[in-house]
Amino acid sequence: MALPQAKQTATEDRLAVLTMPDAGCTRKAREAALSRLREMGLPSRRDEYWKYTRPDTLTTAQAPHAALFVSDEQMMFHEFDRLKIVFIDGVFSPEESDELSLEGVSIDRLEDICCKDIHWAKELYGVLEEAGQTPVQRPLATLNTAFATDGVAIHVKGKPSKPISLIYRHASETSDAILHHVIRVESGAEVTILENGPAASRFNKCMEIDIADGGKLHHIRAQGRDHQRRAATHMFTRLGRESVYKSFTLTVNGVLTRNEQVIELTGDDAIAHVAGACVGDGDFHHDDTVFVTHDAVNCESRQVFKKVLRNGATGVFQGKILVKEGAQKTDGYQISQSLLLDEDSQFLAKPELEIYADDVACSHGSTSGAIDETALFYLRSRGVPVKEATNMLTLAFLAEAVVEIEDSEVAEKIVNRLEDWLARRS
Amino acid sequence: MLEIKNLHVQLEDEDKQILKGVDLTVEPGKVHAIMGPNGSGKSTLSYVLSGRDGYEVTEGTATLEGEDLLDMEPEERAAAGVFLAFQYPVEIPGVGNMTFLRTAVNAQRKARGQEELSAADFLKEVRAKAKTLKIDADMLKRPVNVGFSGGEKKRNEILQMAMLEPKMCIMDETDSGLDVDAMKLVSEGVNALRDEGRSFLVITHYQRLLDHIKPDVVHIMANGRIVKTGGPELALEVEHNGYADILAEVN
Repeated sequence: MALPQAKQTATEDRLAVLTMPDAGCTRKAREAALSRLREMGLPSRRDEYWKYTRPDTLTTAQAPHAALFVSDEQMMFHEFDRLKIVFIDGVFSPEESDELSLEGVSIDRLEDICCKDIHWAKELYGVLEEAGQTPVQRPLATLNTAFATDGVAIHVKGKPSKPISLIYRHASETSDAILHHVIRVESGAEVTILENGPAASRFNKCMEIDIADGGKLHHIRAQGRDHQRRAATHMFTRLGRESVYKSFTLTVNGVLTRNEQVIELTGDDAIAHVAGACVGDGDFHHDDTVFVTHDAVNCESRQVFKKVLRNGATGVFQGKILVKEGAQKTDGYQISQSLLLDEDSQFLAKPELEIYADDVACSHGSTSGAIDETALFYLRSRGVPVKEATNMLTLAFLAEAVVEIEDSEVAEKIVNRLEDWLARRS
Repeated sequence: MLEIKNLHVQLEDEDKQILKGVDLTVEPGKVHAIMGPNGSGKSTLSYVLSGRDGYEVTEGTATLEGEDLLDMEPEERAAAGVFLAFQYPVEIPGVGNMTFLRTAVNAQRKARGQEELSAADFLKEVRAKAKTLKIDADMLKRPVNVGFSGGEKKRNEILQMAMLEPKMCIMDETDSGLDVDAMKLVSEGVNALRDEGRSFLVITHYQRLLDHIKPDVVHIMANGRIVKTGGPELALEVEHNGYADILAEVN
């Protein structure tokens, strides 16, 4: 079917300013992605999954201007022993990064893979992204596969001694970054991936994660404080038997954020947990779009998303659990909640369940509300001032998402960031 | 200590008068009990004194050591020395009991211009006080009142009272939902806090609690007013004859 004219024009306008990198072994995947993108077109407001989030600033030819956030505050995770991989406005910085070597892992830059004819990442690059296009199209991820200019391929074969930390710095007010990472966790291997920073004025990031039987991947992300930055991120994760994927995202400001998680449980007894805590003030729009497919027996999935919104901020949650025929003993859970600190803010939620197996436990819930007045009075009656009491209850609200983080040290850092945010706004 | 004069209160949302001219003076170091039938305005009095939203004072005054309570925010009243032991202590998921206690203690100290308690000093004090109330370490770690039994919740209220050392303790039906042993434990906790500089206003339906916490003065409240005041024997009279006789006598 031909695309509507407006959509086609918007797509071609965007493509006109992009150049496909010299692609080596990823060339086929990139060219295929480009033709898929031309067929589906870039997202518009009329698309079902873009009703609540305006995609226009994510698809324009030029990235909207975004002022740099200047602060002498240290970036997240700075005190951790980790392997640093730094991108500045979407460009790998060898000077700022550590040497890309760590026992149990091999790490290659996308650029290096592109020079090679044979590389393991070839089996993954664009593959999970393409699989994740059905039944919901995700054109920004397809655009990413075609035009990503940088990124890393991480092959985890053992249990590295420290986390791999992807750091995204923002230096230019008009930067438009497209990064694509692929991660393969081998059977029995385990790794922690940290991501943080505002990245660019506009950031399109795609991560494809393949976790083999018994592998584990922990993902912790903090999206940075730049008020005017925009980000559209996709994480495509495929899980093998008895494998584990746990992902947590903290978002503190950002004018527009769309985080998509597409998860496919393909091996029995696998576990996938995705969680997010976001706090937004004023000109802030945050969208979590999650699609979990159960395609094996006795798998567990959890989605826990909490949003605190004020001064006209908007939160969106679109979460789906699809249980395929035969995926018996599925345990699927989904909760999305917002705490609206005033009447100007809004939360839009679309929870979906689609189940084709008859022996499953799936639940979902979504709530939106103000601070509990009774609890607030209880705290105040004990002498806690109203602002401090409100902050305590706000943190308590977010705690249910934060407890999804296994590492208590990391969880503490996340809580500190949330406390800082609350303190700045009291 | 506490002086209430001609207090008239109505609900903010509806035009319903609850308190219709309460007069009450509680002297330092004394324990006053308020008894009365359901709907007489006892709980409303406790909420109005502690500053809960939803009530409008249309007439009268309430002062603590000469300071106008009605003009203060709830946290200011707490810092001034008012403490309300809730009839239904509130569950607060996500806030640890210990964190809550420490925040409250230090917020009050700060409001009074005192230095905050160090973590070590606080811990020492809270452990000692919790022990006498048979509150174990696990209860201190759990979120505030979440999953606590009725008795545990009330003991937790008394622990807060012990930590905050208020001047004016208002206890709203603390005996409700308590078995005999729990009532004894709670009463012992309260009695341990009795002191020349601290007053109590004990609201209850039953004389039973007053066997454990001996009042100096007993008031009977009905239809938004204190209708009779007497000594401890008044509570016994209620226990034997019910409120009907007293109300008939007053009317």
